[in-house]
Amino acid sequence: MIERRRIKANIGAGLFVLCAMAAVIGAAVVALLTTAVGAADDGSPLFTSYIWKVTRFTLLQAFLSTLLSVAFAIPLARALARRQAFIGRSWLIRLLAVPIGLPPIVAALGLIEIWGRQGIFNSVLLAAGLEQPVSIYGLTGILLAHVFFNLPLSARLLLAQLERVPPEQWRNAAQIGLDPWTVFRLIEWPFIRSHLAPVCGLVFMLCVTSFTLVLLLGGGPGATTIEVAIYQALRFDFDPQRAVILALLQLGLTSLLLILLTWLGGAPEEGATIGHRVRRHPGKSPAAVAADFGLIGIAALFLVSPLVSIAVAGLLADFGRLLGEPIVWRAVTTSLLIAVVAALLSVSMAMTLVRARHAALPLAPRHGWARGFRAAAAAASSLVLLVPPIVLGAGWFVLLRGHVDVFAIAPLIVVAVNALMALPFVIRVLEPAHTTHMARTARLTASLGISGLNRLVLVDWPGLRRAFLLATAFAMALSLGDLGAIALFGSQDVVTLPYLLLQRMGSYRTNDAAGLALLLGLVCLVLMVIADRGRVSSGAQL
Amino acid sequence: MIGKTVDLNAVTLSRDDFEFSFDTHVAAGTIAAVIGPSGAGKSTLLDLIAGFETPREGRLFIGETDVTNDDPSDRPVTMVFQENNLFSHLDVATNICLGIRPRITADPADRARVAEALERVGLAGFESRMPGSLSGGERQRVAIARALVRRRPVLLLDEPFAALGPRLRRDMLLLVRELQVETGMTVLIVTHQPDEAAAIADSIVFLDKGRIVATGPSEGFFRRGDIEGLADYLGQGEK
Repeated sequence: MIERRRIKANIGAGLFVLCAMAAVIGAAVVALLTTAVGAADDGSPLFTSYIWKVTRFTLLQAFLSTLLSVAFAIPLARALARRQAFIGRSWLIRLLAVPIGLPPIVAALGLIEIWGRQGIFNSVLLAAGLEQPVSIYGLTGILLAHVFFNLPLSARLLLAQLERVPPEQWRNAAQIGLDPWTVFRLIEWPFIRSHLAPVCGLVFMLCVTSFTLVLLLGGGPGATTIEVAIYQALRFDFDPQRAVILALLQLGLTSLLLILLTWLGGAPEEGATIGHRVRRHPGKSPAAVAADFGLIGIAALFLVSPLVSIAVAGLLADFGRLLGEPIVWRAVTTSLLIAVVAALLSVSMAMTLVRARHAALPLAPRHGWARGFRAAAAAASSLVLLVPPIVLGAGWFVLLRGHVDVFAIAPLIVVAVNALMALPFVIRVLEPAHTTHMARTARLTASLGISGLNRLVLVDWPGLRRAFLLATAFAMALSLGDLGAIALFGSQDVVTLPYLLLQRMGSYRTNDAAGLALLLGLVCLVLMVIADRGRVSSGAQL
Repeated sequence: MIGKTVDLNAVTLSRDDFEFSFDTHVAAGTIAAVIGPSGAGKSTLLDLIAGFETPREGRLFIGETDVTNDDPSDRPVTMVFQENNLFSHLDVATNICLGIRPRITADPADRARVAEALERVGLAGFESRMPGSLSGGERQRVAIARALVRRRPVLLLDEPFAALGPRLRRDMLLLVRELQVETGMTVLIVTHQPDEAAAIADSIVFLDKGRIVATGPSEGFFRRGDIEGLADYLGQGEK
């Protein structure tokens, strides 16, 4: 009977988390909808044309970003898959994972250092005789930044796909002497093609919901996306009506994309094959070697240069003075506090949902409600993707405005938004670990009658500790680097590191910004390295 | 410790659109070998007795007690699985102690019982070893040592030696036989080696397509011509 009580308790807890999530997201959406009803008749032509322009630009930049990222990712993935043994290959593949964990605001700063008006790229061009420096702000900058983030992501996903090709096919190809183009058509393309649509869908979704990069690198109304427009409407123009319309528009857009993404086959999974060595027999002609390594070299330079410039510029910053400022310490403390609380909240929610899903598993074949519950718990984590932080924040902003001081409860909102934002990723880490753990221990613990605290200390904590720490590190890194929620709710009283960084950039204190960026980047990188280590070694253990 | 009878009275269960129905009696203090083709329901039968599956209909008795709705840990049963019998992060002694009491803290008196059980299965002095450093056969011996300290009247073995070589497998079966004689417990063992099973078992339970086709003394069981599907299973179909 204990067993049955435990199942009921687990499912009950999962239900509670689901309801809490639905309440937080639902309240925001309802607030947006009810405010919008009052604003519906305010459809002046100027207003409509602005909305139309912003929407068009959002889609255009996402389309171009996806096209560029994936178009470059395919040859890069092919070159990396072809060249299995060169010094630094494993480092390069690890480097491809860095942008995922890098706070966008830090990356943007690094990109400006390289490609900006005073950057290295323009210095070279000017020395070569160009008269006017090329500006990074506007569509160019947005595309550059989106490619910086999504090219490595797509390359990693496609590389994983290429490494799934059975080794015999490579041997056959080498034996027959197929040229690279035929190899691409006959072997690589069929393997890539099945994943191309989901990868494109994912990148497109990420670019549509990208906020920080567009905020920093976009320029004026000509290069504004819906999310940035929401922020401007709320924080600068004090026009909640416009923000609401835009937020609903974004909600519709992400819903449509999410449906499309599901239809395309869901978000692509990265196999555990990365780093696995296959014997390839690539062309040895100087031209083939030069082409492959030329491409790999350029990609590495493109990815490394902003990182190096962040490090160099950051080290040149006056850390003595910076660390002497009380506001910096306040930002560090606030950021860490918010990150820790958000991460723990996210991991607890995820763990509750995962356990509830598992508890409902044996009931699923016989009870419809158990099947429904399992599906709802699985869908809830992806539904979070539907409501980007800015939209969720905007919803709560209009809901609370006029009732309480929205800036006073900022930490609460930011924690909630960050916890929800990290949830899909945290679940993706915890669920497989939990499934394996239960497969190994569930029957044994049940037959020995180990339960309650004994079970937690003896069995569950040792078995799940690694996945738990890994998920926490990941969620903390996401929260630390987030500028979305805090951009709406930040104030002089509540300052996080990214928010302070934004302020310093806004007031042209580039030196300070570089120092803070290095600090923030390092913390996130360390957390991501911890997370990556855990992922690799826990995979190897299985 | 004295063995108990195991009785399944018209027990039915459906899993993945497949119907199982079991009805059998295993005498107290005997070894029964459970054989049959893959997917016949051998593991399901043991899972039902151990409490990892709940019947849709029918009753399950161990001794005189109806255990149909009891939790696995409340049944007078120990089950040794094919793998994952040990917690890989806990040493051998702790793993065995959990059979005596499922708590974080162990009684000093338990130490002596652990040492005794380890000696009994031929692993004296293995207390502080970690499961990862043991061979497959040694890990299963530890699992059997834990079954010994649990002192439950019924021992279920679900192909526990399938991954071992012929010599080791024979040694382990002989160990099971010895321990059974010593303790008088009732043993059900699922196996894929009918001849080996016959060597140590008192009776054979033959399953096919989700039901128990025949139960009988192991002596001469495989020469019986009246059991449907048996010749096919043994590969003697076209004689």
